[in-house]
Amino acid sequence: MNSVLIGSAYVLAHVPDMVLHNGTTQTTEKIVNPDSEYLKKLPNHLRSYDDTLYYPPNQTYIGGITPKELGEIPSPWYNQKLDNADRFGKFGEIIPQEEFYLLMQACDAFDLVMLEAEFVSKTKPQFEKHPLFDESITARVKAGVEQAAIDAALSNGAEGLYSNNQIVGCVKKAHDLDVNLNAEVILENLVSKASCVLSLLHLTKNTAINKNEIDLVIDCSEEACGDMNQRGGGNMAKAAAEIAGFTNATGSDLRAFCAAPVHALIHAAALVKSGTYKNVVVAAGGSTAKLGMNGKDHVKKDLPVMEDVVGSFAVLISENDGINPEILSEYTGRHSVGSGSSPQAVITALVGDPLDKMAIKITDVDKYSVEMQNPDITKSAGAGDVPQANYKMIGALAVKRGELERTELGNFIKKHGMVGWAPTQGHIPSGIPYLGFAQQDIMDGHIKNCLFIGKGSLFLGRMTNLFDGCSIMIQKNGAKQGSQVTKEEAAISESEIKALIAETMREFANSLLK
Amino acid sequence: MENQKRVKEFSEQFGPENIVVILGAAEGEASGIAAETVTAGDPTYAGPLTGVSLGLKVYHICEEEIKAEVDAGVYDEQVSMMEMVLDLDEISKEMTTIREQYCKY
Amino acid sequence: MAILANKKVVIIGDRDGIPGPAIEECIKTSGAEVVFSSTECFV
Repeated sequence: MNSVLIGSAYVLAHVPDMVLHNGTTQTTEKIVNPDSEYLKKLPNHLRSYDDTLYYPPNQTYIGGITPKELGEIPSPWYNQKLDNADRFGKFGEIIPQEEFYLLMQACDAFDLVMLEAEFVSKTKPQFEKHPLFDESITARVKAGVEQAAIDAALSNGAEGLYSNNQIVGCVKKAHDLDVNLNAEVILENLVSKASCVLSLLHLTKNTAINKNEIDLVIDCSEEACGDMNQRGGGNMAKAAAEIAGFTNATGSDLRAFCAAPVHALIHAAALVKSGTYKNVVVAAGGSTAKLGMNGKDHVKKDLPVMEDVVGSFAVLISENDGINPEILSEYTGRHSVGSGSSPQAVITALVGDPLDKMAIKITDVDKYSVEMQNPDITKSAGAGDVPQANYKMIGALAVKRGELERTELGNFIKKHGMVGWAPTQGHIPSGIPYLGFAQQDIMDGHIKNCLFIGKGSLFLGRMTNLFDGCSIMIQKNGAKQGSQVTKEEAAISESEIKALIAETMREFANSLLK
Repeated sequence: MENQKRVKEFSEQFGPENIVVILGAAEGEASGIAAETVTAGDPTYAGPLTGVSLGLKVYHICEEEIKAEVDAGVYDEQVSMMEMVLDLDEISKEMTTIREQYCKY
Repeated sequence: MAILANKKVVIIGDRDGIPGPAIEECIKTSGAEVVFSSTECFV
């Protein structure tokens, strides 16, 4: 029996000050051009929490509006404000920066996060009202320290935590010499952990699962935790599961750049299908490094800096309940070592090959969830509309395979594609942002199946020039699969005929008895 | 950044007249910026080519001039599908503009 | 006059356009020498 997708959670943390102090575009600029016009102008291009909240792509990410609704809003969206927007959407929330700092402290197990006393007393009442933060979380937030203590830590290698560009706390280094435990790395990892925890909490609410029944958490983010002797030692998964209260869960990390979430989905589905575990969560926190990554282009074009949110997600994969969408573990697409790096080789490996195994055509898949980056961010940075380019490639492959007329390419993209809405947080946009909506669309009968595609730029790590990617199909529970379709259809029609004959015989017999 | 450093090094090592830069950017604008970087200098003032006008010969892989010089079969296998995806006219326009303005070789 | 023949070629590919290795395969057929090939990623 295939495993099923039980539910999803999606969270954004609005962290404008981290754009200035922790995004690598900005930290690099501070080293290379400390007096640059860009750094001077940037603060004026940061959005308020409300601007971020009412921004249509962000509401799509947390399930406030659907991708279809977003597609109906004329783009670019950076000047569009929704009439209504709530902090909490169907799948999660957009948490403000100040509360997020408190959550970071709640996720800190080594006394590394210091927050200023007045800031804590101002923020904590709101933090304690959060519907998902129980005593186990709120009790981890400390009373706060004097400004002098923070200043002392800052002069000893700590990274500042800012609110409106004022210091309200800091993250201390965890070792005097080990760069793997310096304040910058600890901050990056704590942000990833805290955002992941918040998605885990939303997931437990959205699925109503008993936390004690979760067996495994797989973290598929892009951070590395460890010390100088094991730089990527890992298990961010278990660290997050601990704070989320998944007492019976273990964890492990899976890394494959932006392709990791789909790899993790495949692992989770297979582990459940094989009977190794009953309930597996795939989750990832977000990345501070990528905040304001394309900020230079946004500022140059006088646009708001839209990479001001850290994204996270969590999904629950469980044993087949006969209701929720099935994950077709047997038909994965994978970019292998020998696949080749040309775009057509990549798309063939990720789309053509698995569909061939299923004996279906490219046009038989109702939706493709590709790299769902928000085009507002990428188009204005000269990187194009990434989801559209992916859909064009899939359509182009369909044309090459003779499954689509070239003139139908535009319609194919409209019908089988979507607009992008995810922040450019690497692994976060990669296939998985549509999981929550896909479950809903399949259950509501809007679509019958969807292929999830993840791609990763392995060459950025300088260990290989290879590209990576994988894909997996999710479809309506109980629907026929791939090559079974033709066989089963024949079998069913035969059994249907038998049933019809039996029915007629019964009616005939009844009529004789009357 | 790293790429800029390498381009500068190769230009010094082999002589700028012997270098050709080939791009694979997804958009006209991105192609233009990359082309400008290796000809007029880094327009974003971030990398080693800031203020360094190498004036290198630079083309996009999908431009006719380059297509004509590579094996058609290999091009078909490696690149051709992207011709349906990219805006080739836009890319070619940007590249030609930059070459006419800044290319020295 | 050939653009590529006997030249040293530097490739700057794009993950969302044409990646470096795909360009390299093409350029190798032109008689030019590929001295550097990379792929950029904006997302």
